[in-house]
Amino acid sequence: MKLTLKIITVLFISLLVSCGGKEEKKEETFSYQKKEATEKKEAPKVEKTVKASEKIDLTNKGVGPIKSVDLSADIDQSMATKGEDVFKKMCTACHRTDKKFIGPAPTGILERRTPEWVMNMILNPEEMTKSDPLAKELLMEFNGSPMANQNLTEAEARAVLEYFRTLK
Amino acid sequence: MKNIYKLTIGFLITVVAFTSCGDQKSSKTGGALKSSNAEKVYVAPGEHDSHYAFISGGYSGNLTVYGLPSGRMFKEIPVFSQFPTNGYGYSEETKPLLETSYGFIPWDDSHHPDISQTNGKLDGRWVFINGNNTPRIARISLETFETEEIIEVPNSAGNHSSSFITENTEYVVAGTRFSVPVPQRDMSIKDYKGNFKGALSFISVDPEHGHMDIKFQVLMPGFNYDLSHPGRGKSHGWFFFTTYNTEEANTLLEVNASQNDKDFIAAINWKKIEEYVNNGGGTMMPANYAHNVYDEATHTATSTMKKEVRVVNPAEVPGAVYLLPTPKSPHGCDVDPSGEYIVGNGKLSANLTVHSFSKMLDAIENKKFDGDAYGIPILKFEDVLAGSVEQPGLGPLHTEFDGQGNAYTTFFISSEVVKWKLGTWEVIDRKPTYYSVGHLTIPGGNSREPFGKYMFAMNKITKDRYLPVGPEMEHSAQLYDISGDKMELLLDFPTHGEPHYAAAIPAEIIKNNSKKIYRLAENEHPRKATNDAEAKIVRDGKNVHVYMTMIRSHFSPDNIEGVKVGDKVFFHVTNLEQDFDVPHGFAMIGANNAELLIAPGQTRTLTWEPKQVGVWPFYCTDFCSALHQEMQGYIRVSPADSNIELSWSLGED
Repeated sequence: MKLTLKIITVLFISLLVSCGGKEEKKEETFSYQKKEATEKKEAPKVEKTVKASEKIDLTNKGVGPIKSVDLSADIDQSMATKGEDVFKKMCTACHRTDKKFIGPAPTGILERRTPEWVMNMILNPEEMTKSDPLAKELLMEFNGSPMANQNLTEAEARAVLEYFRTLK
Repeated sequence: MKNIYKLTIGFLITVVAFTSCGDQKSSKTGGALKSSNAEKVYVAPGEHDSHYAFISGGYSGNLTVYGLPSGRMFKEIPVFSQFPTNGYGYSEETKPLLETSYGFIPWDDSHHPDISQTNGKLDGRWVFINGNNTPRIARISLETFETEEIIEVPNSAGNHSSSFITENTEYVVAGTRFSVPVPQRDMSIKDYKGNFKGALSFISVDPEHGHMDIKFQVLMPGFNYDLSHPGRGKSHGWFFFTTYNTEEANTLLEVNASQNDKDFIAAINWKKIEEYVNNGGGTMMPANYAHNVYDEATHTATSTMKKEVRVVNPAEVPGAVYLLPTPKSPHGCDVDPSGEYIVGNGKLSANLTVHSFSKMLDAIENKKFDGDAYGIPILKFEDVLAGSVEQPGLGPLHTEFDGQGNAYTTFFISSEVVKWKLGTWEVIDRKPTYYSVGHLTIPGGNSREPFGKYMFAMNKITKDRYLPVGPEMEHSAQLYDISGDKMELLLDFPTHGEPHYAAAIPAEIIKNNSKKIYRLAENEHPRKATNDAEAKIVRDGKNVHVYMTMIRSHFSPDNIEGVKVGDKVFFHVTNLEQDFDVPHGFAMIGANNAELLIAPGQTRTLTWEPKQVGVWPFYCTDFCSALHQEMQGYIRVSPADSNIELSWSLGED
């Protein structure tokens, strides 16, 4: 009885795999939606009493292209200057360095977030606010005002991160 | 045990399902089984069409973008008409595009789109279209899908045998429908015959940036030049125009222009005239015409008036122009992909006339002329005739080609498309259209290499095809599958305005070039504000310049005071977004023009003249985020003699 069931299951799965071919794209969409669904289940676990902007999570790297960032002990001043320029041009419509504006202030951000999380939030905000629990909470904390994707290059986002290190 | 039974049944069904899914796929490509027509035009949600179609708007003055085979409309590109939907022709940056020698003109009648070519193949860089009423040619970028340039055509009236492209986009050609006095002057209409001229304009296209310049105008006899097409392949270097009213009647043309048994197709050897002109031939005559160019970096168009144009008398360039007798008031003038056959669609003729390019060259070489018209040699009909399609239908208008040796001609009076074979002239198939078809389009149909999978017919009369919407309705188009021997009607879809011709192209040639955003770093608008620190207000007498930014979901500044009644306020608004498909709108209460719809990275200017004291709101018109309704601001308007200082802010109490 159990054996028959197993055999049927194995056959069924192998059929699914063999017929994959052109449907690949669609399956990706499905798995993507599944992913989202499982994360929705995780959401209630998150602590609600502390504001998302004040929470400290130094392990979460976020979702996006940045897997690891090495921060040198000393701040790279020329990179930080470049980052300041990018920040002024692309971010000041919504962020002030020292106070909450449309979005949160970046001062002290690396005491609360990993550098990877910060860069992923800059480079991949749509996906972050959909699937990163902290980013999702932040979106709600800031009245649903979305973090705009300003199409920065990785190098520009890295420079902005270096600039954030200089903010006291 | 029951469970096993159920599972086995389920398993069997699954096997059948998967096996049959494989079968269907192979049959589709193999064409062994006839699939339903609905399936052939069904583009699943989220999937893309295989072709773009650029369909002229006729009296809308614009150009619409459709997908094939679904018949879905994606965009209306404003070209010759003001478009309050996005502020085209209202914003300070786009107003210059509609300048002409007659001043600002908010409308035209757009006719024949044609896509740029390289080596006789569609290259998908630009699409050109003619304004018929106030003669102009426009160039639209297929990266931004925006109008980039409009040039007025002097000495022309009823710019109808336009805007067709030579096979390396050397020229976009604009022929006049009405002949007129050249130069214009006060004279009796009755003296038309022998005095009026028909200007055929050869407008060069810069291969790098596409900029247009009138290289020369051939001043032809005072006929009506109806349609035209370039030679290609072996006939590259020639251009062919149908004529009617070779009677040179100036009244009741309905009768008086239908007297001659034959009119002409004018064959112009433009390479020869180009050489003549390059050697100093022709004369510069005084003229006055607008050349309007949009600069993508400054996001701004400028209009310059040009003061002269080079004209060429065809009688002075031996061997450059010949007339091919063609029955009878021919409309469409269509050249097959090989460049050998020139089809004259004689509106009032029982037969379809096809001329042979090689026979024409032969007749020219042997000087077999049948007299001349104002010094232009007339060839003998029999010497240039390749053949004729005998009584294919009533009222032939236009012909396109599938690249497989077949031609497709529309018949207005008998409401049908007839497929016939080049060379044997036999009719292969005919299908009705609904109703009274004008133009038809095959993707790449006006090129050396048509993509002969689809053909669509654009009709003049709709009647009962759709739910009734009162006396005035959109026109209907029909899409046919032409991959088999017989044409198969697949789909009926409404079109916008009155389409006169369309240019269609496989999507893969252009879709990856389509721009997503304008880079803020590349914005060179003189009054841009590309970050919050650049937002400011500057008073210059009565003119108040507001340098404003917009991003989800606020304007900066959003509180403005110190504006007075009698001021002229210029809102120079820059969209700071750098993400695909995040436009913002800007609407000001009581503005006497339109809104602005501003693409990411773009700057647009709306002018507002406040007339009443008060506090007046403005807001974003494009639902941009969950906080879109919060995207708003106020302007305080004080009396003209008020001394309230100009001030502005965002987020301050």
